[in-house]
Amino acid sequence: MKSAVIVFPASNCDRDMIVALEKITGHKPHIIWHQDEEIPDADLIALPGGFSFGDYLRCGAMAARSPAIQKVIEHANRGGNVIGICNGFQVLTETGLLPGALMRNKSLKFICKDVNLKVENNDTAFTNAYGQGQVITIPMAHHDGNYFADDETLKELEDDGRIAFRYVDKAGQATAEANPNGSRNNIAGIINRRKNILGMMPHPERLIEDAQGGIDGLGFFESMINAIN
Amino acid sequence: MKARVHITLKNGVLDPQGKAIQHALTALDFGGVDDVRQGKYIELDLAETDREKALASVEDMCKKLLSNTVIENYVIEIE
Repeated sequence: MKSAVIVFPASNCDRDMIVALEKITGHKPHIIWHQDEEIPDADLIALPGGFSFGDYLRCGAMAARSPAIQKVIEHANRGGNVIGICNGFQVLTETGLLPGALMRNKSLKFICKDVNLKVENNDTAFTNAYGQGQVITIPMAHHDGNYFADDETLKELEDDGRIAFRYVDKAGQATAEANPNGSRNNIAGIINRRKNILGMMPHPERLIEDAQGGIDGLGFFESMINAIN
Repeated sequence: MKARVHITLKNGVLDPQGKAIQHALTALDFGGVDDVRQGKYIELDLAETDREKALASVEDMCKKLLSNTVIENYVIEIE
């Protein structure tokens, strides 16, 4: 699986993503600066976490208008796979490739902690290595991860199985207490209608080897290898 | 020409920052503030001299960058 990682000014999880992709795919990803107008042939393009452009105007707003993103949109429209983690998810909603928006956390606090996620749909290119309904633990670290979409969009996401991950308690229940940031319907990650684009706020790339305290993020990358290779 | 753009959250979109401001006002003994909604204000100096063209251009800017129409409304004043 050939991959590419887009780097913006103030991306800060790009290296974690590059290391994870190289370790798991066996190939070093192409590293693409946001001003690059060409992206080499890749099966997967990853938008990493961070604070691109200092979160000016809105999180992800500036990055979503960069030259490289135009190529990401073309890649996605051809059916190419795209993932956006944390700030990458914010960028994907700002481009309109994914519906909804990520707003300031309900508590107004930056939250950095491990959260339990339920795999809501394991029939996707990004989740097939997990069990349906499996509860995994993945770190989150963000200030603006409060997922908002209008009622109609939420219903469509729910009905079409497009919610990939939901914040839950240890028993797998999507309770208000288990919702760290106020996201509607406890949504942590979604996919687009064509199912080739995923955005999520927590960071699977931070939990792929035992030295990091666990390997619950590994399945995310293994899923893509299963689906794309 | 000068354009002033006011960007506010749509009705139905929760505004936790507005809520925090409301609580702080209450803590400062400003009673009777039923709700607070926080927004953005952007000023633009435009080379355009035709009012209609300026308005159309800023409208386009709002749709493409200045606001996120999923969650925000905008109001443009031109002078």
